[in-house]
This record gives sequence, structure tokens and C-alpha cells, in this order.
Amino acid sequence: MKEKMAGPPGRRSFLGQAGGFILVGGALAPPALAQTTVDLPFAPPARAITKAFPQKGPMILQRTRPPLLETPFEVFDRGVFTPNDQFYVRWHWAVIPTEIDVASFRLTVKGHVETPLSLTLRDIVDGLPRVELAAVNQCSGNSRGFTEPRVPGAQWANGAMGNARWMGVRLKDVLDKAGVKAGAQRVRFAGLDEPVVADAPKFMKSLAIDHARDGEVMIAYAMNGEQLPLLNGFPLRLVVPGWYSTYWVKMIDRIEVLDGPDTSFWSASAYLIPDTPGADIKPGQTGVKMVPINRMVPRSFVTSLRDGAALKAGAKTAVRGIAFGGATGVKSVEISLDSGTAWQAATLGQDEGKYSFRRWQAEIAPAAGPVRLMVRCTNSDGLAQPMAMNWNPGGFMHNAVETTRLTAA
Amino acid sequence: MINGTQVGFGAALLAAVILAAIGPPGTQATAPPPGPVVAVSPNAPRTFTLTSVSVELPTGDVAFPGPANTQAIAANCLSCHSAGMVLTQPDFPRAVWAGEVDKMIHTFKAPVAPADVAAIVDYLQATRGTK
Repeated sequence: MKEKMAGPPGRRSFLGQAGGFILVGGALAPPALAQTTVDLPFAPPARAITKAFPQKGPMILQRTRPPLLETPFEVFDRGVFTPNDQFYVRWHWAVIPTEIDVASFRLTVKGHVETPLSLTLRDIVDGLPRVELAAVNQCSGNSRGFTEPRVPGAQWANGAMGNARWMGVRLKDVLDKAGVKAGAQRVRFAGLDEPVVADAPKFMKSLAIDHARDGEVMIAYAMNGEQLPLLNGFPLRLVVPGWYSTYWVKMIDRIEVLDGPDTSFWSASAYLIPDTPGADIKPGQTGVKMVPINRMVPRSFVTSLRDGAALKAGAKTAVRGIAFGGATGVKSVEISLDSGTAWQAATLGQDEGKYSFRRWQAEIAPAAGPVRLMVRCTNSDGLAQPMAMNWNPGGFMHNAVETTRLTAA
Repeated sequence: MINGTQVGFGAALLAAVILAAIGPPGTQATAPPPGPVVAVSPNAPRTFTLTSVSVELPTGDVAFPGPANTQAIAANCLSCHSAGMVLTQPDFPRAVWAGEVDKMIHTFKAPVAPADVAAIVDYLQATRGTK
């Protein structure tokens, strides 16, 4: 064992799960072993809970380098905004700057523009109108671990998502400052992270020019009122409301306006989904047209009760959770106790904006026996969560109705 | 003088209102109603201060466990990602693992010694292979 990163608790938990020896009580067991690991509901279940990452509190360790850190699900019961220090983290390449000097940092804008720019952070913070937006940031592969049959990739449970109030400037204002030339087709973004291997494809993503100039896409310098944690993209991160996080480029330091298509690897060949409803195909199905992942779809979760919780039979129990509409707002949230035959409307909480998590609550009084509590969100476009989980080779865009298994007695 | 004081007070009050609206994480339930989807903040404090950051990222990781031979996978794979990438995966058929190694080499340009490819797939099959 040469683990250094997770500190004593992580080391103990790893040794425990690896079977090097089993910790059962006694002096070797740390006092709160249950808090140093978590079992996710798929194989292999065990993950360390780590506090070893800078500016981060306890996170589910999916991978140390490059970091993949999942938000422990109980965090989502505490409010609709996810604390910065427990906001999930996902990096593609391992060369991540660990020192950012705010005085020397520059954001460059080049390509098909009248005036290439090199902006300081001061130019951006003080020189352009400030905007704010509450928006969910969700990994394309959130919930991949539940895919059946399983697919390779980060084996996330449901915590590769978060909601924040982002503060920054409109991408449109930055592009206008540079003056986009006629004929521009796409705007490509890249950050300070680099591949370990020189000829590997640098992480870059692009948006269609009209999307980039829609006045909603932002360059954020703050989340939840504070500067971004380094691992969430300090000092600047693209915010693409309603779209999956692969487009929310972190540590963004270059913007390139293209007068043609973006054929680079991460835009053209990665993060592709089947061009079918719900990105759903049969396992192994071939010959399907693949397209870049794009708008998010609605999801909803119970946060106040966990699988296996016990309820008092016949007694009223308040349940609550969070929902989001994906590319638009939440129209309704419903719950079902009979596998989806009858649905009961939940009460929606405060509206923080159409791209935000929204709290919901309801009351149940189940009879004695096993209880399967389902929750379903329908968004403002009328798109409802499907009952069955989709399948595609990337494990992307999961949003089936969730079921919490309870017992009433 | 009076004007100056009032302006200063006004700015401080606005700052307080905005901070209350944003709120520290975890106290959002009591925040006042928000503005429209994209709210321009013309009355926000003139500046938002960003502070330089210097951190250390964890570099160590768990080693690939035995009993299968770890020599090839440890020598070729750990420069780009830690062992957790593999150890959190479910069991896959050998063909899936061979495909993953191929993707690392050809798509992500991992400089894997050709002579080590079979040994890496052997390790993956032994450790996370469909039995």
C-alpha cells in the first residue's frame, strides 16, 4: 500500500475493503469507521469518504487522479443549493494547475473575431455587466453505476450533480467585445488543464454560435457567493444552463470563434448519445446515429428517506426531495406508492429559477408492509421522467423514475 | 460629507442584501425570493475580489492489488490515472477490457509498451473480469 492522499481514515478504509485485514472493533478500528467508507448500491460498492482534497469537505472518492469526487447524497436534503465544498468534481486529464495567480491570469478570445482579446480578471469582473443565475450542473454520466448491463466509465451513483447560484458575465458580452465576424459557426472553449501525454487530445468543447450568444450562457467567477473552488474551475468556468456539464469548461482561459464545424476529438467523437428518444437503445444495438449530448432531461429524488428506512404503518409521514426540469423548469412533481398506477401531486417549494433544483414535499400514510415510493418530475415542456432506465454505451443521460424502498410497520 | 456617508451606507446595505440573497451554502432555505432567470445585478458591489489560490492535490493512490501480476498495469497505466479508475469498475468480459486498453492507447495516446498489452488485459480480466 502506498496510499498517501486520503489520510489515515482513507487508508484504513482501503485496507479494510481490500481484504488485507478486516477491522472488527478493537483498538485498530477508527471510532467512526462507518463514516470513512460508503457502500453504493452496485458492484463494487465500497468507496472511501475522503477529506484529502483542497477546499473540499467529505466527498465520495471515485478516483484520486484526475479527481472524480461525488457529492454524498445526504447533502441534497439540506437545501436546493449545493455547498461549494461538497460540489462534485470531475476532471478528464491529470495535469491540473495547482497555483492560479489572479493578477497574471488571462482569458483570450481569438479566431473569427474583429479584435482578439486578452482579458484580465479585473477586465471581466469590473468591466462587464454582472449577471446571476441558479443552475444545475450535472455530469453526463451521473448515475452510470446503475446502468444494466453495466458500461465502463466513472461508476457514479446519483451524486455527480449540484446546484449553485452562479455569478459572472454573459458569454455574449465577451464575444461582442471581440466582435464576432459574419460567418461564425461555433465557439470553442478550453481551460488550463492538459493531458499527461503531449499528443493526447486536449479537453475542449464548443457550442453553436447562436447558443453561445443567447445571453444565458455565462462565464462564472463565483458560485454561491464565493470564488470557485480550484477543483470546480477557479478562476473562471463556463455555465451552460440546462446542458450537461461536459460543456461547462473549467479553468477556462481560451475562447476560439470558429468559421466552420468543430472536428476536435471531445466535441466530435466523445460524449455521443444515440439520436433516439431518451438516448435509449437496446444493449449491443448497432447502426444507430450518434450525436453530441446536449440538453438535460427532468429528474427527481427523495432526499428525506433513504432506502431501507422504516415508517410507522398508517401514520402520516412527510417526505421531501429535489427535482429539476433539465433544459427548462419544473412543471410538476408526483409520487406513487403503487408502482406508478396512481400518482399524487407533491407541493413544490420556492422557485429559484427554471434551471435550479426545486424542493418538493408530500405526505404518505402507507399500510403495513413493503413500500415502494416513486417520484416523477414533469418539466415545463411536458417531458416526464420515463419509468424504465435507458441504456446506451456511454451510460449517459439517465433519468428514469427513482424508487425508494421502505418498510411500514 | 453627508452625501458621501449616504452613498457609502447605501453601498454597504446593497452588499448586505446581495450577500443575503446569495447566502452561504446550506442556509438557502431562508433566502428571499430570487430574481428572474438571468438577473443583471447593476446595484451589486462595484467589485468582487478574487484571491490567488495555491493548493496541493493528492498524488498518491492505492496500488493495484494482487494476486494477479500487477507489473504491466502499474508500469503503463498509473501516469495518466490512479488505480481507483480500474478498481471501481464492475466485472466486464475480457473483450470489453481489451477494448478499454485499446481506447487508452489509440484514442488517448497512452504510451503502452506493445509487449505489455496482453499482460494488462490479463490483469484486468483476473481482477475485474466476468467470471
